[in-house]
Amino acid sequence: MIVVVLPPHLRTLAHISGDVQLEVPGQITQRAVLDALEARYPMLCGTIRDQVTKERRPFLRFFACEGDLSHESPDAPLPEPVASGKEPFFIIGAIAGG
Amino acid sequence: MSKVRVLVGTRKGAFILESDGKREKWDVKGPHFAGWEMYHLKGSPADPNRIYASQTSGWFGQVIQRSSDGGKTWETPGGEKMPAPGGPPPGKSNHFLYDSSPETGKPLTTHQWYDGTQHPWEFKRVWHLEPSLTDPDTVYAGVEDAALFKSTDGGKSWHELSGLRGHGTGPKWQPGAGGMCLHTVVLDPSNPGRIFVAISAAGAFRTDDGGKTWKPINQGLRSQYIPDPTAEIGHCVHRIAQHKARPNVLYMQKHWDVMRSNNAGDQWEEVSGNLPTDFGFVIDVHAHEPETIYVVPIKSDGEHFPMDGKLRVYRSKTGGNEWEALSKGLPERDCYVNVLRDAMAVDSLDSCGIYFGTTGGQVYGSADAGNSWAPIVRDLPAVLSVEVQTLP
Repeated sequence: MIVVVLPPHLRTLAHISGDVQLEVPGQITQRAVLDALEARYPMLCGTIRDQVTKERRPFLRFFACEGDLSHESPDAPLPEPVASGKEPFFIIGAIAGG
Repeated sequence: MSKVRVLVGTRKGAFILESDGKREKWDVKGPHFAGWEMYHLKGSPADPNRIYASQTSGWFGQVIQRSSDGGKTWETPGGEKMPAPGGPPPGKSNHFLYDSSPETGKPLTTHQWYDGTQHPWEFKRVWHLEPSLTDPDTVYAGVEDAALFKSTDGGKSWHELSGLRGHGTGPKWQPGAGGMCLHTVVLDPSNPGRIFVAISAAGAFRTDDGGKTWKPINQGLRSQYIPDPTAEIGHCVHRIAQHKARPNVLYMQKHWDVMRSNNAGDQWEEVSGNLPTDFGFVIDVHAHEPETIYVVPIKSDGEHFPMDGKLRVYRSKTGGNEWEALSKGLPERDCYVNVLRDAMAVDSLDSCGIYFGTTGGQVYGSADAGNSWAPIVRDLPAVLSVEVQTLP
């Protein structure tokens, strides 16, 4: 099971109260995780990545294992602790405001 | 006894204000969608329990919300259920895809960018939702970058009425300071094929065939801030209002100037008259008196607040030119809020109620056609939009 941590606004939108646990088929990549997430919660389509290009929205980042994976290829394998469910895959909203 | 329901969109959520026909005591519910920018909420004239809402965010993009019980509960149309294996795909309620050229796959046409170059259309958000007058499942969305979309399945899916961008002047449109947004959609109750829209900063446009073809309706507008002040397009129209009993008479609050058309926009004349300043954003019409109109004068395009710190609604009972200040119950000093273009509405009770919201978070109401005012709420986030439903 892959563990995904969503920002609060998206948890509210998807009616999720905690972390998301996902069955992800095949190789564990950003694309595979996000495909599985959007399939389970269709209301999240377009909120994390563009509906058409599938590019990450500019003010969101992907973190895992104390690293920033935002600029990694969406088809690159995620770190083994994420793939094995030991570490979560974080979707983070940029900090802004005053 | 009749009731009113006021739908308020703010920078940080939506609020629903309800009262009986006296409009003295109010029940405030919210925030719905806390933390999200709620650009606009509007109820269906055909089914008052059906409400559409534009939920948007610089982080997470656009979401369309829909209620079928008067705002008690909400859903993302088509997006709530996990699709069954082999079943139909989920709806794409937040999927606003501009029509593309079949040859290039790129969106049709480009528009003028701030530096004078041509720029592709890029979807940013829904500014205004206009439900059909007759069908609760049909709704129009005015979006940024300026275009008009239509849904006929209750907001599950959207398609562009691309004749608007493609009618010929699209490449000359350019964004104003607030972006290039289609913010006003007016449906003609006497002619199902006729729709009026307004775009900042392109102007007003009309279709008579349900959105297939469009023409600019800006003759008579004069804008000193563009190279040709009487150009066919390029005018920064802020808002258009219409009385349903006289759909050919339109009122407009332009960037500067309050305007009137007696022939569905074919020709406009200025009716600013004795207003202290004719800059502003909102304009609306009394529910029962087609010649009674309301504006909130704002000092200037550089100073988005009322004149002299006094918040005043101005009313004309002559369809313009002759205006009276309405100030009873409104702040008389030290008031420096703005009233944005979608933030005024009227109810249709016998004594017409007028409502408007401010960027300071107040929503003011008048149960006597503007003669006196009282705050319904004082401390909401900045108000983006106000709509009213009059309920049996």
